[in-house]
Amino acid sequence: MKILAFSKRNAKEIMRDPLNLFFGLGFPIVLLLLLSIIQKNVPVSLFEIEHLTPGVTVFGLSFITLFSAVLISKDRETAFFARLYTTPLKPSDFILGYILPLLPIALAQGVICYIFAIVLGLKPSLNIIVALIFLSFISLFYIALGLLCGSILNSKQVGGVCGALLTNFSAWLSGIWFDINLMGEVFKKIAYLLPFIHAVELERKALSGEILNATPHFLVVLGYTAVILALAVFIFLKKMKTTK
Amino acid sequence: MIAIKTEGLTKKYKDIIAVNNLNLEIKKGELFSLLGVNGAGKTTTVKMLCGLTAVNSGNAFLNGNSILTDSSKCKKFISVSPQETAVAPNLTVKENLKLICEIYGFKKEKCENKINELVNQFDLSAILNKKAGKLSGGWQRRLSIALSLISEPEILFLDEPTLGLDVLARSDLWDIINSLKGKITLVLTTHYMEEAEVLSDRIGIMKNGRLVACDTPDRLKEKTATETLEKAFIKIVKGENI
Repeated sequence: MKILAFSKRNAKEIMRDPLNLFFGLGFPIVLLLLLSIIQKNVPVSLFEIEHLTPGVTVFGLSFITLFSAVLISKDRETAFFARLYTTPLKPSDFILGYILPLLPIALAQGVICYIFAIVLGLKPSLNIIVALIFLSFISLFYIALGLLCGSILNSKQVGGVCGALLTNFSAWLSGIWFDINLMGEVFKKIAYLLPFIHAVELERKALSGEILNATPHFLVVLGYTAVILALAVFIFLKKMKTTK
Repeated sequence: MIAIKTEGLTKKYKDIIAVNNLNLEIKKGELFSLLGVNGAGKTTTVKMLCGLTAVNSGNAFLNGNSILTDSSKCKKFISVSPQETAVAPNLTVKENLKLICEIYGFKKEKCENKINELVNQFDLSAILNKKAGKLSGGWQRRLSIALSLISEPEILFLDEPTLGLDVLARSDLWDIINSLKGKITLVLTTHYMEEAEVLSDRIGIMKNGRLVACDTPDRLKEKTATETLEKAFIKIVKGENI
């Protein structure tokens, strides 16, 4: 009940911000539309919808990190948070209350992206459901990253780190827009050490029905999720104590 | 019956002693005001009593429960209205009230009754569906105090509740605070002498983290041979012989 109440509040705080709605739901759709138009006007296969959609759904999750981090960092700076500290909410209620509402928001973002991709020519199939299931796991990584950033950074820093740095990392080191092999071995190695390209590959394999080939990428994403989530919870709890 | 008792309560921030060996007793149902210049230790004292700031040494007992060892028990019967307005800005007034009801585990019917009661008490009906963040400072503060009363606290801490409000909004809040007197124990911090004089049963004056005077407003004036609380306060804080 307490967690549900706090989760509902967090979901409302996020969804009632028009900028969040634009970047969370509108921006991935705009990207799909623009890149699909470009594809129609170039003779080579650059942004095929089957290849592009999984990447854009994963890229859209970087905004979920931003929402989560902004909400938490802003809350930490307000007296409202101090009020909540004096209520029977436990530290675990705070953590779950921040994580849970973002899961359906992330999933909704993915669903909207896939529906729009179908409008743009993606062939409807059951693989989309599988891709959405995997997207839920990937979203947990991005949400945990938001919890971590929101616990460490203030609201101004969050804008720079999550809004600029993470979206760029997520864009350039994930092979969404171009083949990562084009960037050379060093860049490729760095990209494969990070989770972003694995998240995109996981989605692509899931959408094309290659579940077995998706497993190594899934394991990397799960590993990163576990580490980042554990770190985020540890730092969030530590910050709660040191705030005192 | 003692509601709040502090024993050598101390808070240090690196080299600064924010609250120094505070010994204080506040009776049940009393409205006790803490006065002091900026940095005197008022807010730190309130934060320690609410469990928002860790105590370095000493202890405090709220209705006989230690804030150090029984903090979760203390949380059940205390509430705080922090210095800055503590509302969820993107939620409506009603949603703010409902949120706190649900966090305290109220069932649906009790939640509705409590919201109705507070809406009447704080005259919130006209702004019930407005977003809290869009309200004026006075209304936000009013809502903030209403939120702090949802849990039906036995002890309520009001940290500078009228700071930055206009005369009318302040007068309205005084009426509300006055209506709570005797029903619950109130600890008020304020910079406004008139406010402290009008509302308080007793006043504690803090300076450099220490409690330098503690008495009724009339007795403080009497002791300092002054006509107003402001003059008494200045005399005490400046350390003039009284």
